[in-house]
Amino acid sequence: MSETILPHTPPRMSATFDDYSLAEIRRAATSGIYDIRGGGAKRKVPSFDDLLFLGASMSRYPLEGYREKCDTSVVLGTRFAKNPIELKIPITIAGMSFGALSATAKEALGRGASAMGTSTTTGDGGMTPEERGQSTTLVYQYLPSRYGMNLHDLKKADAIEIVVGQGAKPGGGGMLLGQKITDRVAQMRTLPKGIDQRSACRHPDWTGADDLELKIQELREITDWEKPIYLKVGASRPYYDVALAVKSGADVVVLDGMQGGTAATQDVFIEHIGIPTLAAIRPAVQALQDLGMHRKVQLIVSGGIRNGADVAKALALGADAVAIGTAAMVALGDNDPKWEDEYQKLGTTAGAYDDWQDGRDPAGISTQDPDLMKRLDPVQGGRRLANYLSVLTLETQTIARACGHNHVHNLEPEDLVALTVEAAAMAQVPLAGTGWIPGKSAM
Amino acid sequence: MTTNTLQKAGNETVFDLSRSSVRDLNAYLHELPANRPCDPVRVTHLTGDHSVVAGLDADLDIQVDGHVGYFCGGMLRQARLTINGNAGQGVGSNIESGQIHVRGDASQSAGATGRGGRLVIDGNASARCGISLKGTDIIVKGNIGHLSAFMAQSGRLVVFGDAGDSLGDSLYEAHIYVRGSVASLGADCIAKKMRDEHRKELAELLEAAGEAGKVDVNDFTRYGSARQLYNFKVDNIGAY
Repeated sequence: MSETILPHTPPRMSATFDDYSLAEIRRAATSGIYDIRGGGAKRKVPSFDDLLFLGASMSRYPLEGYREKCDTSVVLGTRFAKNPIELKIPITIAGMSFGALSATAKEALGRGASAMGTSTTTGDGGMTPEERGQSTTLVYQYLPSRYGMNLHDLKKADAIEIVVGQGAKPGGGGMLLGQKITDRVAQMRTLPKGIDQRSACRHPDWTGADDLELKIQELREITDWEKPIYLKVGASRPYYDVALAVKSGADVVVLDGMQGGTAATQDVFIEHIGIPTLAAIRPAVQALQDLGMHRKVQLIVSGGIRNGADVAKALALGADAVAIGTAAMVALGDNDPKWEDEYQKLGTTAGAYDDWQDGRDPAGISTQDPDLMKRLDPVQGGRRLANYLSVLTLETQTIARACGHNHVHNLEPEDLVALTVEAAAMAQVPLAGTGWIPGKSAM
Repeated sequence: MTTNTLQKAGNETVFDLSRSSVRDLNAYLHELPANRPCDPVRVTHLTGDHSVVAGLDADLDIQVDGHVGYFCGGMLRQARLTINGNAGQGVGSNIESGQIHVRGDASQSAGATGRGGRLVIDGNASARCGISLKGTDIIVKGNIGHLSAFMAQSGRLVVFGDAGDSLGDSLYEAHIYVRGSVASLGADCIAKKMRDEHRKELAELLEAAGEAGKVDVNDFTRYGSARQLYNFKVDNIGAY
């Protein structure tokens, strides 16, 4: 009689303790320190991909895609500044520091942005001549660290952006590890060379919105009320943060969702603090509308913008413009598969490289290594960025025309539907094929 | 600005804030040439105004007769500013050169992020004096509050009186000299031996501030960074 062989239970991996979680536990047990990396949230969160435009049909009248004008211009800083910023496209370059990025990368960003008539932004490392020289419109960030902050550069700026937080780490300060603190970076930041630099998370001379109002007044006095003053917040409590920004006297609010990148911070911070960009826009716009300030205080949205559809969706939800950071780096050449062999040597692969803090970027962008920096030609990089910005703009116009709008700012929530209940609730637009907006009664 | 706002007293221009605004004052100051000495200015009739003398870059003496509010002398360059009264929060914020002399007391964050020049406070300074300092010399003849010289990167802080809690927390390369007691030291801030070079440095600071001979440099204790937290080390986690 043959022996009965009982089948084995097949190996079953835990959904909770998946491969990544197991590897992280082993890494933590070995190193004793949390993971630090660059970039924004990598896990899947409700996003612009969960929205669709309805387009024109019987009840809407479209514009001819290749003939009729669809304006993309935007004016920022109309509330108080004598010299508002006029941009040809509603897509700006987000703040990224010299130190985190090479000087040539900053120059390339300036070249690309200027070619398309838009602005670029400094970062937590001061203003470099390369960036100022190549940026027609440059926004000068005013950060808690105040690295490199000085009167002459402030007067050279076209706008000032007070940074309260960023989407990758609301409540956290900047971080630049010693590998990237070269002589030049150290000198600009008044720091010893080679240290692990941790920027403050709080501003040193103001705490709440009442103090901030006076800080903004000081900056306006210093600059003779000429320059628009932006306020950048990481998306966490957008309704109240935007309301307080308006109360404090900001001309422009920059709202950065959790998909927005950082040069370096703890992975747990990036993935678990802050809310997605999609979830942040409507409360921010609601705050502006409740205060009668929508379109008077402009709203710039950032965090995970990749294509013209993302731009159009942000504008339709009420933003005046968007800002891109990670996507601009990719346009320059970050994570390009042509460097795959070198990514492999660093223990990663093209598309996943996020150890920007280590300063060994094969693409020569998030590095201060002179040899690696040579890999990025700032002229060619600028051209690539300009091409990319052009495509974003064309795509945005394509959608706006299809929805019947002759200015991208005429896009509106009524042009949108959601593919998921979550996105419908966050964006406050109907679930596709229904009139149902979660939290509101059906039509 | 009305034409009768400005008055001349000898070569001194008198700016009466009861008849004009801080905006007028700062606009006037911004018109002064940055490349040659200018006649002195006096500002009168203050009512705790904010942003008085904001972003001034000129070689002159300027007297402010009265108490000022927030952010007086912000981003100052070259000028010698005297405040004949108390100063509100953030006096001398990001001062780059020149001098600010507060005859009274100063509120929080005096000299915050200062990059150069000198800030002298005859009275006391509240919390966060010299926070994130980047090169300014600060002399406080009274006491200073908690978290002073927090993350101070460069520059010198001299205190004739006592210091509050968490002095020099996360200090980088700024030098701190305190004559009185220190309630507690912040992370990575330690007392250090006063060597001759430090006594010399302190004496020079006092002389430059017009305080030479008024206090004995031997009565001061020097504080600086232990430099143990400059780089991430697992073993230092308990220090935070």
